[in-house]
Amino acid sequence: MSVNSATTSAFSARDYKSDVKPVWCPGCGDYTVLSAIGKALAELALAPEEVAVISGIGCSSRIPAYLNTYGFHGVHGRSTALATGLKLSRPDLTVLVTGGDGDGFSIGGNHFLHACRRNVDLTYIVMDNRVYGMTKGQPSPTTEPDWDSALSPGGTGLRPFNPLVIALASGANFIARGFSGDPNGTAKLITEAIQTPGFSFVEVLSPCVTFRPDQRDWKKIVRPAPVDPTEDIGQAARRLMTDDGFNLGVLYSGKRKPYALTKHEVTSDMTNLEQQFAI
Amino acid sequence: MPEIDHVLNSVSIAVTGSGGAGVITAGSMLLEAAAKAGLYGLFTRSSGPQIRGGEAAAMIRLADGPVGAPGDVFDILIAIDWHNIERFAIELPLSDTSIVIADPSQGAVPDVIALSGARIIEIPLKELAKKIKKGRQNMIALGVVTALIDLDQDVVDQVMVHVLAKRGDEALRASREAVASGKQAISEIGARVTSPAISADGTGRWMISGNEAAGLGALRGGIRFVAAYPITPATEVLEWLSPNLQKVGGSLVQAEDELASINMIIGASYGGTPSLTATSGPGLALMTESLGLAVASEVPVVVVDVMRGGPSTGIPTKSEQSDLNIALFGLHGDAPHLVVAPNSVSDCVFSTQWAVSVAEATQTPTIVLSDQLLGQTKVIIDPPADLAFVARRVTPAETGEGFQRYAATGTGISPMPIPGIAGGQYTADGLEHDDKGLPSSQVKDHATQLDKRSDKLDNYDFGDHWAEIEGEGRFAVICWGSTTATVREALERLSADGKNFRLISPRLLAPARPAEMALALQGIDRVLTIELSHSAQFYHYLKGHFDISCPLQSHHRPGPLPFRVGELCDVITEWSGS
Repeated sequence: MSVNSATTSAFSARDYKSDVKPVWCPGCGDYTVLSAIGKALAELALAPEEVAVISGIGCSSRIPAYLNTYGFHGVHGRSTALATGLKLSRPDLTVLVTGGDGDGFSIGGNHFLHACRRNVDLTYIVMDNRVYGMTKGQPSPTTEPDWDSALSPGGTGLRPFNPLVIALASGANFIARGFSGDPNGTAKLITEAIQTPGFSFVEVLSPCVTFRPDQRDWKKIVRPAPVDPTEDIGQAARRLMTDDGFNLGVLYSGKRKPYALTKHEVTSDMTNLEQQFAI
Repeated sequence: MPEIDHVLNSVSIAVTGSGGAGVITAGSMLLEAAAKAGLYGLFTRSSGPQIRGGEAAAMIRLADGPVGAPGDVFDILIAIDWHNIERFAIELPLSDTSIVIADPSQGAVPDVIALSGARIIEIPLKELAKKIKKGRQNMIALGVVTALIDLDQDVVDQVMVHVLAKRGDEALRASREAVASGKQAISEIGARVTSPAISADGTGRWMISGNEAAGLGALRGGIRFVAAYPITPATEVLEWLSPNLQKVGGSLVQAEDELASINMIIGASYGGTPSLTATSGPGLALMTESLGLAVASEVPVVVVDVMRGGPSTGIPTKSEQSDLNIALFGLHGDAPHLVVAPNSVSDCVFSTQWAVSVAEATQTPTIVLSDQLLGQTKVIIDPPADLAFVARRVTPAETGEGFQRYAATGTGISPMPIPGIAGGQYTADGLEHDDKGLPSSQVKDHATQLDKRSDKLDNYDFGDHWAEIEGEGRFAVICWGSTTATVREALERLSADGKNFRLISPRLLAPARPAEMALALQGIDRVLTIELSHSAQFYHYLKGHFDISCPLQSHHRPGPLPFRVGELCDVITEWSGS
């Protein structure tokens, strides 16, 4: 991180916004997540050129173009892998990953597991709206089993994933849940996620007002988690397994050592190295 | 144009036995000793589908000049046992001039071997080994073979010291006694096999496999980040790179799958580090979507595909040239990219290095098409010169307000900022975009960016490296990749009989170079293509994408058996009507 927040107050959330107009529907939760990211980066006084935001495919994956940082809008489901390559080779950058529930937990499920397991210093923000919005309303891995849609009439009948439990079991070092209706709270969670070394997973409940108008009611349900953050993995497991998915806040913050590549000193020039082939 | 004139003198030796019998160790030591003595050579191994155990064969060809193709027949076959010989006898052609060394305790020589008419010499390998404390049959076999070809015993001893040092004095003593015992057995029988003449010792030459050579080429080109998933027969590229990358300040990451490996290297390359992965056909298939992303976002990456028999799991341990179509045409959309093919084990160094340099210069993903035959063959070569092709990516001189990452420049190549450069921020995007990188589905932007991405390859000066062109004649043979060495030796042999041909082996397979090909074919009346592919993929590529006006004929067959020089001499002779 090139800029120290104690000596600079040069950045405001606006400094991180590009002039591209989002494709999102009016009322989409992702707008506030976008501004929460800007607030968090300003809070940390990170220069825009020192930040890279990586995404896959879906409504929320459009975020990189709406930011004035470096960005990569890649293929569906592989954002954590792409971000891993970038962060491992450029540990000096602050690397964020953004996306949705379909991108992260369905097509990208395997990479999600391994990103948690690897524990590279990334912050992964998933805007979970329990629906594929960009393809106009199909069930995702977090959709309720009885949610009706043209693709799965009467519902999938499948039990939804609990991404936070999966993250904990797979080794993520920081796990939090935010709500797009609470931009300041979400900005605070993102700030803390970036500050915490290792793989930080922030699920942001972000209603899809177009295909899941029922999610407008989330604002009535969400609540701050009634307990303090824990670093006890067993306690966190019990809480995450038993909560109803609407407790907000930092739910687990561990002390796992992040994975980084050892910086190897150059010990050989090519001529030297090639001697191994001489007979 | 270099002349095709030298005809190789060579001797081919196979050592076979069950897994664990040590035939691969004996074969490697034979190659190394012959190399020290001053011979060139080539070592391939064949093993069954078992991970450990099963049958194994070490196949060595020693020659008086650089050698890239297996011999027509084996002059010597030494069998420690006959385990599963029926399964791979077809890989061990013999003739009535061959010598077969058989251990009578292993039963009668199987028909599949005996019917060749080869001279059978019985030596009780097992019994001789038993007479020596900790004696091993493979070292008896090494003694037998080195005596048969009259290899200087001093160099054999040097290799034993070198290879067995870590196993302790006792192992070295046992091996020395075993080699001496094998030598004694041959001197009692009085057999000899003519070995190529040696003009100088092997000082300064290299022993290297194609997979190691590809790794070395990658480092020479400037690759400093590798992410990959293990797959046969590409894994040795990665296992060589992992420790050697560290020596030059780079790193390798093992990914969870090939989808992750290609995306990790795209991420690392976006961050400014030249990056590579190595895989085989099934892995390349998984990577194709993201290769399209690298095309669209203009992020250079290099993918080494060590081809094996396909489709699907196919024949993982054997070679085929059948990934050509997926490498050329496997990407969706109009996605111009580079495909480069090394034409020998030695050329795996240059081709991979060159691939890195063109990938970086053009900000385009590049596939290097090696194959199992190149990758897992070990050769003795003169050290390949470092032609100093290195990664040079154009970065912007000026950034800031209005910076256009994807500006349609005259060459098609636009400066690429790396993260950290203030004012250079942009979003690399798989979505079609405008010159600033902003998402766009506009007619004009799509056309402009498609033009830009193909222009930068069409306008690039690939120089003479696009192909190897050798020999004069009215007839030409066009081939590619691992087939080249075998075709070259066939043409050398025919040339010695006064029949002259031109050999054209394109190193740059995509973008197609029809104008250069037309020049290379000046004065040619007829063309024959030769490839290891059931559906003649290369032939159809030449027909469809090059303007070849003279008659074009194809000789093609699938793997897993590699072409042999004699087979191709017959094919070429019949085709040319001479």
